[in-house]
Amino acid sequence: MDLQSQIVQYLVTGLTLGSIYAMVGLGFTIIYNATGIINLAQGEFVMFGGLIMVFLTATLRIPMFLAFFITLALVTVIGIIYERVFINPLKQTSLITLIIVTVAVSIFFRGIAMFIWGKNPYSLPPFSSGKPIMFAGAAILPQIFWVLGLSLLTVILMNLFFNRTITGKAMSACAGNRLAASLMGINVSKMILLSFALSATLGAIAGASITPIALMEYDRGPLLALKGFCAAVLGGLGLGTGAVVAGFIIGIIESFSAGFISSGFKDAIALIILILVLFIKPSGIFGSEEVGKVKQF
Amino acid sequence: MLKLEGITTFYGTIQALKNISIKVGAGDIVTIIGANGAGKTTLLKTVSGVIQSAGGAVWYQGTNIVHFSAAKIVSMGISQVPEGRQLFSHLTVLDNLHLGAYLYHNRKFKDEIEEKLDWIFTLFPILRKRAKQLAGTMSGGEQQMVAIARALMSRPKLLLLDEPSMGLAPLFVHEIFKVIRRLNDQGTTILLVEQNARAALQIARYGYVLETGTVALEGLSQELLADKKVRQAYLGK
Ligand SMILES: Nc1ncnc2c1ncn2[C@@H]1O[C@H](COP(=O)(O)OP(=O)(O)O)[C@@H](O)[C@H]1O
Ligand SMILES: [Mg+2]
Repeated sequence: MDLQSQIVQYLVTGLTLGSIYAMVGLGFTIIYNATGIINLAQGEFVMFGGLIMVFLTATLRIPMFLAFFITLALVTVIGIIYERVFINPLKQTSLITLIIVTVAVSIFFRGIAMFIWGKNPYSLPPFSSGKPIMFAGAAILPQIFWVLGLSLLTVILMNLFFNRTITGKAMSACAGNRLAASLMGINVSKMILLSFALSATLGAIAGASITPIALMEYDRGPLLALKGFCAAVLGGLGLGTGAVVAGFIIGIIESFSAGFISSGFKDAIALIILILVLFIKPSGIFGSEEVGKVKQF
Repeated sequence: MLKLEGITTFYGTIQALKNISIKVGAGDIVTIIGANGAGKTTLLKTVSGVIQSAGGAVWYQGTNIVHFSAAKIVSMGISQVPEGRQLFSHLTVLDNLHLGAYLYHNRKFKDEIEEKLDWIFTLFPILRKRAKQLAGTMSGGEQQMVAIARALMSRPKLLLLDEPSMGLAPLFVHEIFKVIRRLNDQGTTILLVEQNARAALQIARYGYVLETGTVALEGLSQELLADKKVRQAYLGK
């Protein structure tokens, strides 16, 4: 492969990885915006998305298209149960305790997944058949278009939701000031539930669409959560668009460093960037100082 | 319009309100004064339904609302301007105002919300210019205006204000109290909680003095202003 086609190949891989990180980062942002909680079980939503999709299509032989929506529904239900069982009863608890609870839940979810699916990775056929498309000497899998398209669509919808709808604003009002939110007649508990549900749906979309390319196993969550968390923080925690752009940046850098330096280092890269950026600009690349001041983390 | 009967509220085992009974007539301005920690904020939170009371009744227009949800209470026309303003500081002034009308955000009320905004901007002209600014970046006085404006967006018949003059320069206090009087002239019933007893008693018709969770004294504002104990304890004379 010549250099040009190599670069194109890495770029495409980077965009694909990046769109997954972007979605995980967006998932973090949604729950953070509604509650101030960093949900460290975000990666498990992705894992469930992939593995449930495998179960539905490979074991139950449900057609791909239908299975995709059933997967979203099931993972969303997981998000809802998670919030009602582990988060909602702990209303009076400090944020830091709640964040530790999310770690416990992520371990619990991995346990369940290992029990059901074992430790081996599973594969999934691509959403649509077809040969890889050759572009500038690089081979691009059709599934990559599914991943990019779905994440783009999701990001646009989420943006509209948070910036244009009163429900979206009410959701972020809940994190900003819970007392004031209830005084406005906003049902805070319902908004928090909705944020977990939405985040879970996002994770499921990411998981179901990436599995045909990247496989999926029970313990994929933590690494995805880590990268997504980096994206959320770099994007200026709380800013959906920031998290998405940062997710793509991390994905692309990771792909290029795996290609040109060593694949052993690729996971360290996101962390190194995170630390560097936080040193230089604690509010994240896209965060403003102004907003940073009113945040708890 | 509003009648509290034997309201008792706890924080865990700490009793913050003991058997409180007060009355606010329609169209009235009533004030509750008292030192820090007397239970004034707890009282308003109990009325708004963000804290549950352990006993007693809150009668509002003939209905006991003591166990109603905060949302239901807002929808019935009781709105609160909380202590310390409690703005959504990461959102714009306009977003704050729209969230004030959260319960009315559907097609049916679209024009009404726009009308309400127009009216708010004539009440507080400065907010029109600041509509796109983040609420948290404004001065204390302006933030208090946003807090009042936001509470007005839900079309309250009864407005609860918790220490609106707190931390404001005298000029702003004057401004805020002028607005409160104007709102009352236009028909809004006011329950005003204040530590600034003089200003509060000057604007109110009737007053209650709260001490450690009980009503220590009540009477017409004139009487309270003239009362020796009140003058010593709350008016610095
Ligand atoms: N969240 C809380 N938890 C426990 N005690 C509280 C809480 N809020 C207020 N209190 C106590 O209740 C009493 C009344 O407080 P508050 O209603 O805020 O008084 P005020 O508004 O008159 O200053 C005080 O003794 C205060 O310490
Ligand atoms: Mg108070």
